[in-house]
Amino acid sequence: MALEDIYTELIGEHSRNPENKRHLPHATCALKGHNPSCGDEITLELQIEDGIVKDASFTGVGCAISQASTDIMIDLIRGQKVEKAKELAEKFIGMIKREITDESELEELDEALALQNVSNMPARVKCAVLAWHTLDNALEDEEKK
Amino acid sequence: MADAQEFLKDFPLLKMEMNGKQIAYLDNGATTQKPEQIIKAICGYYGGCNANPHRGAYALSVKATEIYENARARTAKFINAARPEEIIFTKNATEALNLVAYSYGLHNVKAGDEIVISITEHHSNLVPWQFVAKTTGATLKYIYLEKDGNLSDEDIETKITEKTKIVAVTQVSNVLGLKNDVKKIVKKAHSVGAVAIVDGSQSVAHMKVDVRDLDCDFFAFSGHKMLSPMGIGVLYGKYDILDAMPPFLRGGDMIEYVEEQDTTYAELPAKFEAGTQNVGGAAGLTAAIDYLETITFDRIEAIEKDLVDYALPQLRELPYIELYGCDTTSDNKTGIIAFNVKDVHPHDVASILDSYGVAVRAGHHCAQPLHRYLGQNASCRASFYLYNTREDIDRWIDALKKVRGVLGYGA
Repeated sequence: MALEDIYTELIGEHSRNPENKRHLPHATCALKGHNPSCGDEITLELQIEDGIVKDASFTGVGCAISQASTDIMIDLIRGQKVEKAKELAEKFIGMIKREITDESELEELDEALALQNVSNMPARVKCAVLAWHTLDNALEDEEKK
Repeated sequence: MADAQEFLKDFPLLKMEMNGKQIAYLDNGATTQKPEQIIKAICGYYGGCNANPHRGAYALSVKATEIYENARARTAKFINAARPEEIIFTKNATEALNLVAYSYGLHNVKAGDEIVISITEHHSNLVPWQFVAKTTGATLKYIYLEKDGNLSDEDIETKITEKTKIVAVTQVSNVLGLKNDVKKIVKKAHSVGAVAIVDGSQSVAHMKVDVRDLDCDFFAFSGHKMLSPMGIGVLYGKYDILDAMPPFLRGGDMIEYVEEQDTTYAELPAKFEAGTQNVGGAAGLTAAIDYLETITFDRIEAIEKDLVDYALPQLRELPYIELYGCDTTSDNKTGIIAFNVKDVHPHDVASILDSYGVAVRAGHHCAQPLHRYLGQNASCRASFYLYNTREDIDRWIDALKKVRGVLGYGA
């Protein structure tokens, strides 16, 4: 696995300047996610109104892969219906676990496709999926409300 | 140093490649590689001597018993215990420390008592004491650090008091790599009537340990951090203290008589070794002690010191490298260097070094309270052993210089 296949320009940009790293003034829920083994720790904030993710943001610390993955995820789910956001999270996790490999099916992950190569780096899989698992859990809680 | 090259040939794994590059294995604080002599000893046991010790009346079982008990005697001599019965074999240092926490701690600590540990402890010498304190209603107190990373003398003097029942400290911090003056701490603990427990996980493979000179009541270490296989560890305890303690695990081979409702227990050390033990691991441990004593700790310390002295000035020249535990004012630095690369998360650093065949640890190294105390979320750690060479250090530092560039930061 070549380094530049993982640390692409896109990942570098999102990790150096994560535009979605901030507090959300009107968050309706916040959920923590962490990787105890490496110390990545994020808090995902969501503003959900009428079944739509109106806005989202995150705070916390982590490696370039987890930070970039979180930032990209938020761009992708902003404005989506809760069910759609959940579907995207599951699709992303499926891609990293190599359970979904059909490119046309993955197409809608858009920028998040840049993280597909992480599936070849077992040591870093947890970093890539952290935010998406957290989102999945947060939305599950939301649906139960 | 020529010495290390001489040992390199004994380690089959170090001839391998990692990511297409010859491996520079700098994660010895986590586990060491195993020389052929130890691998042969394990194979020799399973290939020619395997039987359940202490049980069968046939020659093979007698042989297995001999191998197992010889390992105990050899280990006792290695750390200068007074007698072999003071050596209890465990799975690892974690199990050894839990044995003390459960069988000594829970029975001798009461509400209002205090347990003192240092902020540099590995979770294995921290979480069990937290558990004992919470269960008994005792208070867990910490010895914090001086500016140079060494344990605060003032804290040692003031926090160990008449209320203290247990003092548990590591001989060498697994993150900062600083050797503590445990003899002094043991003395202080004894002056208030507390027992002293020393975690030797990061020391016993790197320096001569003499438990009678330290005068500690318990000493714990893992075999796998000293060339031996995983799954064999050691608890040393003073005979009278161990003898008065109830068993930790109960079952086969640790009993004397078992009635329907009652059991009397075996004498030391069997009392603390329930079930079939890791005899192959013990055979490996014996071979490791032989190997280390042939080399001598003087040579091992000289090799590690040479690597630290070679690496530190080069690291200090890189303005984006932050070092931890490298400014000690005492002559007590061991072959462990914790560091961070500015702006880059340790996990990314380790992945990038990995692509150059350099193996370092990234994360909190099972020392979360220490990292919090240092104001760091995580760090990277390079830790050396007798087979590491200056070339390994060169490759590590060359790769380090590339890290920031990979993530798009300027040098």
